[in-house]
Amino acid sequence: MSELLQQILNGLVVGSMYALIALGYTMVYGILQIINFAHGEVMMIGAMVTISAINMLTAAGVELPGPLMLLAGLLIAAPVTMLLGFLIERVAYRPLRNAPRLAPLITAIGISILLQQVAVLIWKSNPRSFPDVVSQQPIEILGASITTVQIAIVVLALSIMAGLLLLVEKTRLGRAMRAVSMNQPVAALMGVNTNRVIAQTFVIGSALAAVAGVMWAANYGLANPTMGFTPGLKAFTAAVLGGIGNLGGAVLGGLLLGLIENLGTGYLVPSEYRDVFAFLVLVLVLVLRPSGLMGERVAERA
Amino acid sequence: MTKTRYCLIAATALMVSACGSKNQVTSEAGSQTGAATELTVRIGHVAPITGDQGHLGKDNENGAQLAIDDLNTEGLVIGGRKIKLELMKEDDQHDPKQAPIVAQRFVDAQVAGVIGHLNSGTTIPASAIYNAAGIPQISPSATNPVYTSQGFKTAFRVIANDVAQGAALGKFVAESLKASKVAIIDDQSAYGKGLADEFEKAARANGVEIVAREAGDDKTTDFSSILTKIKGKHPDVVFYGGMDAQAGPLARQLKKLGIAARVIGGDGFQTPEFIKLAGDNAEGQYASQPGTPKDKMPGYTEFDAKYRAKYNLEIQNYAAFTYDAVMVMVAAMKKADSTEPAKYLPALASTDYNGVTGNIKFDARGDLLNGAVTVYQVKAGKWESVATIAAPSAIVQ
Repeated sequence: MSELLQQILNGLVVGSMYALIALGYTMVYGILQIINFAHGEVMMIGAMVTISAINMLTAAGVELPGPLMLLAGLLIAAPVTMLLGFLIERVAYRPLRNAPRLAPLITAIGISILLQQVAVLIWKSNPRSFPDVVSQQPIEILGASITTVQIAIVVLALSIMAGLLLLVEKTRLGRAMRAVSMNQPVAALMGVNTNRVIAQTFVIGSALAAVAGVMWAANYGLANPTMGFTPGLKAFTAAVLGGIGNLGGAVLGGLLLGLIENLGTGYLVPSEYRDVFAFLVLVLVLVLRPSGLMGERVAERA
Repeated sequence: MTKTRYCLIAATALMVSACGSKNQVTSEAGSQTGAATELTVRIGHVAPITGDQGHLGKDNENGAQLAIDDLNTEGLVIGGRKIKLELMKEDDQHDPKQAPIVAQRFVDAQVAGVIGHLNSGTTIPASAIYNAAGIPQISPSATNPVYTSQGFKTAFRVIANDVAQGAALGKFVAESLKASKVAIIDDQSAYGKGLADEFEKAARANGVEIVAREAGDDKTTDFSSILTKIKGKHPDVVFYGGMDAQAGPLARQLKKLGIAARVIGGDGFQTPEFIKLAGDNAEGQYASQPGTPKDKMPGYTEFDAKYRAKYNLEIQNYAAFTYDAVMVMVAAMKKADSTEPAKYLPALASTDYNGVTGNIKFDARGDLLNGAVTVYQVKAGKWESVATIAAPSAIVQ
């Protein structure tokens, strides 16, 4: 029983991290219908900058309680990734906005490799250990263990989703986003500054990537320049599973994927098939229900 | 359907892009400047220089470069000509698919010999290419037994293989740790799985019960599902066959899940990096390393100082073995008075060399003769040797 509970907790924690990353994918997809494959790398940059920032703060003699230190690191990392997201959109996507859809995909992969290599140049290729600022002491719940960082991950994923839903549904920016998402030229004719709205979406998505990166690194205790690749792909799967473009779907997809992976390898198949599960889900969803669990069936336009 | 097709293409494209990335050729064709009497001889070195094992690969490369520099300073005369050695450096990204490509590049560049690869998974596929070209290969760190059992005359290693290491670890777990239940996890690489298999055999032979056998891969950071499964089986010891970038998080997550078992493994994570990555659960963990303890190796202290002075870095793992590998190769060239592979290969096979890591002799297969294995434990944040196990016989404390 406690083993099952533990596997469920493991799944929820990993799933929440997928969800955090998937939210960024899905926002950009929702508005531009392109997949920002550099998102995993933005997450990596977020994690690496946080590690450097915390190390620098510690070296400078700044003493803060653990969670505040983490927050300080994040507050330095988030602007960096936000700027990065802005630049990526400006350099790699905006010039190709009217190009065939494969073109921005290629530039996305190009940017992703570029960011990885730049990170190798700055931080070297060996893994960096995450400074021990927050307690990793497990808390026992009914025989299963969870750490405070892991609880924070789950809470963050849910509250960020709620925040984004509010943003999209209730604010002026959100209305502009929805308009751009529905029909860009018409939105522009109605006086929406589409370039600015799209840039803002990228900036928000990149800030989320920084949050995901920090939580990922804090949870596993390390970060390296190639860390963004697999989570990026898994989160993409999660976004597709939930219905890409749908914020609630991204979180649902992330949590489901985490649970499927953990329960699947815990009880069904040997653990070396873990990644097979994620991609099997991707294939099945694409074949059986391309619009995802919560996605709307959109009539194909000619 | 456009959306669907788009996603599929996207995913496929990404998979492909994961496999290929940059690789610079460091061939300097015009380096034979002027001096007609001086001959430039190139020795190839290959290890993963980029990626999550880059720190280990660079460590090997530094060790090889140090040997080349020492030999060049000393001044070499072979076959009546002044020789300038040059290290041709390559990166195989610990990718078994990349290794034969790099190997072919060395063959095309007509290197006199190859030092590498670092991992067993890359060393084995590449060794067939060196063998076909007749180019001697010395791996400083590949420990999988398959490497030297393919009948290749060109394959050598200066490190004890995993049969010796697995046997020593199995014995250590049973006799010194008095463990009765062991869980085994590996990374599915030729090295990790090979070592785990040898360990499993030896542990069983020593009466230890194997309660679980699980696997991640060489990029896994999340072991929570595997460890949760293992937790219910109450192992005394968790054996990990793999490298430090995985063993570190594994040790951390063990503690998070409230599992008190010790981690033990092979040379793949007997590194300072492991101690950093394992964080608050590094203390007390064990890992072995082929060879006698580093502080008892004949030239290690001096080598360590030289390495630090030159690179301002801590040695990760195999730098001294790589240094010796270059020295052994060049010693054979000197003995045969030739840098031609066909001529110095017999001299290499009959090597008897006293290096930094100890005496180096090869058996008929190219394996290191009389290789000992040392088990280390993290004590006060540093690896300390706790037992040295000679190849066949008893534990020497």
